Amino acid sequence: MAMKERLEALKNEALAQLQEVDSPETLNDLRVKYLGKKGALTEILRGMGSLSAEERPVIGQVGNEVRAAIESVIEAKQNAFQKAETEKRLQAEKVDVTLPGRPMAQGGVHPLNKVIQDIEEIFIGMGYNISEGPEVETDYFNFEALNLPKDHPARDMQDTFYITEELLMRTQTSPVQMRTMQSMNGESPVKIICPGKVYRRDDDDATHSFQFNQIEGLVIGENIRMSDLKGTLQQFVQEMFGPSTQIRLRPSFFPFTEPSAEVDVTCVKCGGSGCRMCKQTGWLEILGCGMVHPKVLEAGGYDSEKYTGFAFGMGVERIAILKYGIDDIRHFYNSDMAFLKQFSRI
Amino acid sequence: MKVSTEWLKDYVTLENVAPKDLAEQITRAGIEIDEVENRNKGVDKIVVGYVVSKEKHPDADKLNVCIVNAGLEEELQIVCGAKNVDAGQKVPVALIGATMPDGMQIKKAKLRGVLSQGMICSAKELGLNEKLLPKAQQEGIFVLPESVEIGTPISHVLGLNDQVLDFDLTPNRSDCLSMHGAAYEVGAILGREVNIPNPLDQLIEVSDAAAEHISVRISTPEYCTHYAARYITGVTITSSPQWMQNRLMAAGVRPINNIVDITNYVMLEYGQPLHAFDADKLNKGAIDVRFAKDGETLITLDDQERKLEPHMLLITDGVKPIALAGVMGGANSEVTEQTVNILLESAHFDGAIVRKTSRQLGLRSEASLRFEKEVDRGVVVQALNRAASLIASLTGGAVHHGVVESIVEPAKEVTITLRLEKLNGVLGTELSMLEVKTIFARLNFDCADTAQGIIEVRVPTRRGDITTDVDLMEEIARLYGYDNIPTTPIEGPTTPGAYTKPQALRRELRRMLTHGGWQELISYSFTHPDQAAVFPALTIGSKPVKLSMPMSEERSVLRTSIIPQLLDAATYNVNRKHPDLALFEMGHVFFTEEEQLTVQPKEIPVLSLLLSGNKGQKQWNVTPVKVDFFDIKGTLETLFNHLGLQDAVTYVANQPEGYHPGRSASIYLDNGSGVKVLLGTLGQVHPQLQLDRDLEDVYVAELLLQPLFDNTDYELRYRDLPRYPAVERDIAVVVDERTEAGALLATIRETAGELLQTVQVFDVYTGSKLGDNKKSIAISLVYRHQDRTLTDEEVTSVHGTVVTALEQTFEAELRK
Repeated sequence: MAMKERLEALKNEALAQLQEVDSPETLNDLRVKYLGKKGALTEILRGMGSLSAEERPVIGQVGNEVRAAIESVIEAKQNAFQKAETEKRLQAEKVDVTLPGRPMAQGGVHPLNKVIQDIEEIFIGMGYNISEGPEVETDYFNFEALNLPKDHPARDMQDTFYITEELLMRTQTSPVQMRTMQSMNGESPVKIICPGKVYRRDDDDATHSFQFNQIEGLVIGENIRMSDLKGTLQQFVQEMFGPSTQIRLRPSFFPFTEPSAEVDVTCVKCGGSGCRMCKQTGWLEILGCGMVHPKVLEAGGYDSEKYTGFAFGMGVERIAILKYGIDDIRHFYNSDMAFLKQFSRI
Repeated sequence: MKVSTEWLKDYVTLENVAPKDLAEQITRAGIEIDEVENRNKGVDKIVVGYVVSKEKHPDADKLNVCIVNAGLEEELQIVCGAKNVDAGQKVPVALIGATMPDGMQIKKAKLRGVLSQGMICSAKELGLNEKLLPKAQQEGIFVLPESVEIGTPISHVLGLNDQVLDFDLTPNRSDCLSMHGAAYEVGAILGREVNIPNPLDQLIEVSDAAAEHISVRISTPEYCTHYAARYITGVTITSSPQWMQNRLMAAGVRPINNIVDITNYVMLEYGQPLHAFDADKLNKGAIDVRFAKDGETLITLDDQERKLEPHMLLITDGVKPIALAGVMGGANSEVTEQTVNILLESAHFDGAIVRKTSRQLGLRSEASLRFEKEVDRGVVVQALNRAASLIASLTGGAVHHGVVESIVEPAKEVTITLRLEKLNGVLGTELSMLEVKTIFARLNFDCADTAQGIIEVRVPTRRGDITTDVDLMEEIARLYGYDNIPTTPIEGPTTPGAYTKPQALRRELRRMLTHGGWQELISYSFTHPDQAAVFPALTIGSKPVKLSMPMSEERSVLRTSIIPQLLDAATYNVNRKHPDLALFEMGHVFFTEEEQLTVQPKEIPVLSLLLSGNKGQKQWNVTPVKVDFFDIKGTLETLFNHLGLQDAVTYVANQPEGYHPGRSASIYLDNGSGVKVLLGTLGQVHPQLQLDRDLEDVYVAELLLQPLFDNTDYELRYRDLPRYPAVERDIAVVVDERTEAGALLATIRETAGELLQTVQVFDVYTGSKLGDNKKSIAISLVYRHQDRTLTDEEVTSVHGTVVTALEQTFEAELRK
């Protein structure tokens, strides 16, 4: 048989055998048998040396074609086996996706600190810094420097935990304002908020706690107006409670501000149409504020003819209660996981 | 202050203003109206009836059958159970078809077989406040004055068609502790004229001069600036007229008798407390205002004997104390039914002294309330004259000629200069001078131009709260309307806002911990003294700070550690089936080194953690594992790594108090200059303390935050990535069981030098095979050179020195 015929015969034999292959192992055996270094194709082509110079390229080409034909079938077979193999594995590896996964450990920020952080971020965005101070204060910083001399009737507004005649648990975070003012040595502007714990002799009930948190703000500059106070609070409540929130100021009295105001916001529950939460008024009281009293400015080292300022303050618990719809202020301090865990989400 | 709108109408018209709207307007102008109370609690079809006759009920001992003329065509037969009902009385009669305030319907009924066509009512049944009823009306049916007309609706007789506004006054607005003050406020808000009658118009005096009978002396001029008195003779003590009783009750004051009621009534009108003495019980009527003497006592009107102290201001008759000035009268000079002649007092006492006395004696009265808040000094004599004229017309008394008084310092009106430009600058408004003057006119403040854009405002004495120009600005602002003030952004330079580094670090720690599964708490700063001493490690040698008047022993000192609060929280939650806890709190602890506190105590921020129960919740693919010492330590290490402090921290087993002695450590921080400062403590809580609190194994830690603030490494810098391979060598050494792994690692680091990249303990083993008191520690070392591949010889050489060092330092045996 001529070489060409032998090659054709080899091709046919190989293709026929490959047709029957049913496992990757036999496929490999056939590959070795026909295409291996000592395989049948090599064996035949070894006889090329005896061919004439004209025949050699022709037979060479036939040989290559035969190799290519066999290789392509082997590759196709191989792919099919691999695919079947993969299919089998995927079937075997199937999991019940409805079973629970292993949870990541998750803690939570205390709801009061959550509210404090939210408020801090809003004011930092408005260009404020955060000032803090001691919880055990002197009578001077907590009262006297804030236009509340001893025997002032307004001291009744805040029943105080005294430690000595001159030392007390601060009843408000305003002493931080005074300390900050004095530390500024008359420089302006001052733009701070002061968050922190405060203490008042109050019997605990659903709406009172002897320990609670306040955030106060203070701005002092050469041209600070009451209209700026309104603008600032408006911006704050809209960021805190939503863009449709409005404020309403009512005249009030605080010894450290004049004029003074209580601030109501649109009820967070009913949006102002009136509900039980806002006692049908559509408004919720959340802030006290006013223009800094000249005596307080002077005590802080600012010439009250040249500088003006505004101050505001709010109870953190009150805001958290409104924001989250909490029914009892004591929950904040009971450390009950059933309560606290509710605030570990956004 | 309860303000009757009917009474208010004496001074200012309320035409076209509903009480509810008025309340809203007053609230928006600065005085919160807590409540608008309708005095009529649902009284209708109740009229004045005349009891024509009273017979015993034939079949019931306690019932009477009355024939009543209620102004109807026919007389009514009414069965009544009250003991005090009698023929000839005028009484309130609820007619058939009436509904009572408590909801009861009055129907024609038979009581024990006798027809009853209505009900004779008690004061209580009419919805009147029991506490305010005169004694005579507290039981039985309400016997009305003879002068009332039969058939008149009872609501008319009792002034029930009245809405009462409850003024919730801020401490500066004591001017509204009077009807006149309230009228001025309402007049200013509504822009309506206020008319206060002049009491002298109605006062008729007898020619005999009061000064012939009484005298006044002030021995304490600093504390009593004005004392005025009148002398009135021949009064008859009865009950006051119904209209006056109605108004007193509307104001929340209980009627007593005509003289007392008149002094109270005038106090409500003017805000000026008055007092009536029985002149015949005084020593010649020689009033002397002086301080109490040591050991003096006085029985006050409430029959309490008061021990007086030298700072208490007294009214005396020159011989004995007869009243605590501005607080309460004495029983020894009380007006009684027998009283005929009266010395009537109207005076001004110092607020602070009244406050102090009233506080100390626990004795608060309508008078002391007003003096404390500084009432109008300008109406001392007016109020006196008003009361005198009422006494004359209502009790038949003769008012003797003249006011007997001593004036230390007359009331003065304050004049304040106001610049329009400053006003608009502070408020952010563009008010004109005309607008400003209009508002002052509404307030009844006189003003006069002094220069362009400048006025002088004269503030009436009733508004003692207004002393400076900013006070005037508030008056302008509140009457102009806070709503009308524009809303503007702050002008001027913008300022950058930011957290300080310590503030940011606290937030970062909070973020790390919560993301790692820890729950934040906020606990109380006050604790029991016993709790304050349990974990003293961070405040050693100091004392807790005590409150001077705690509300309870439980909360009487300031916390010196947060760990006890965390343990309380653990017990609380374990009892509620929440045993797996990872808790933390950041807050202040307080302590002092002083025996007697003279300066502010130390107040430092700490971070405290508590871990107990299991890691992981039981589920199909999770097996819960009990937490241990190394879980809490691991958390701390992670925090320190995060702050770049891992190489600066060391743990020393020196058994801090409150902890399990074998499972606790103090933590030290190298402050960069080689000095190790105390950073905190960690470990298991002492088993006895766990037992006391019914807790299983609990692990706690407490860190001082200041050293972290001071030493945190904020300089994050990139290091070249390693380009050459690392060589790992593991060794296991057997050492004495007391040998600390930390010491081995320190020696390894020291001897291996720069080539050592990481070193990690990967196994600790104790067992009988090793021999008594021995343990095996397996350590993995990774060597790497930054600039070239290490040769085997180099590694073997370095590793050899490491092994030798371990053998020599710790008598370590290399396990093969």
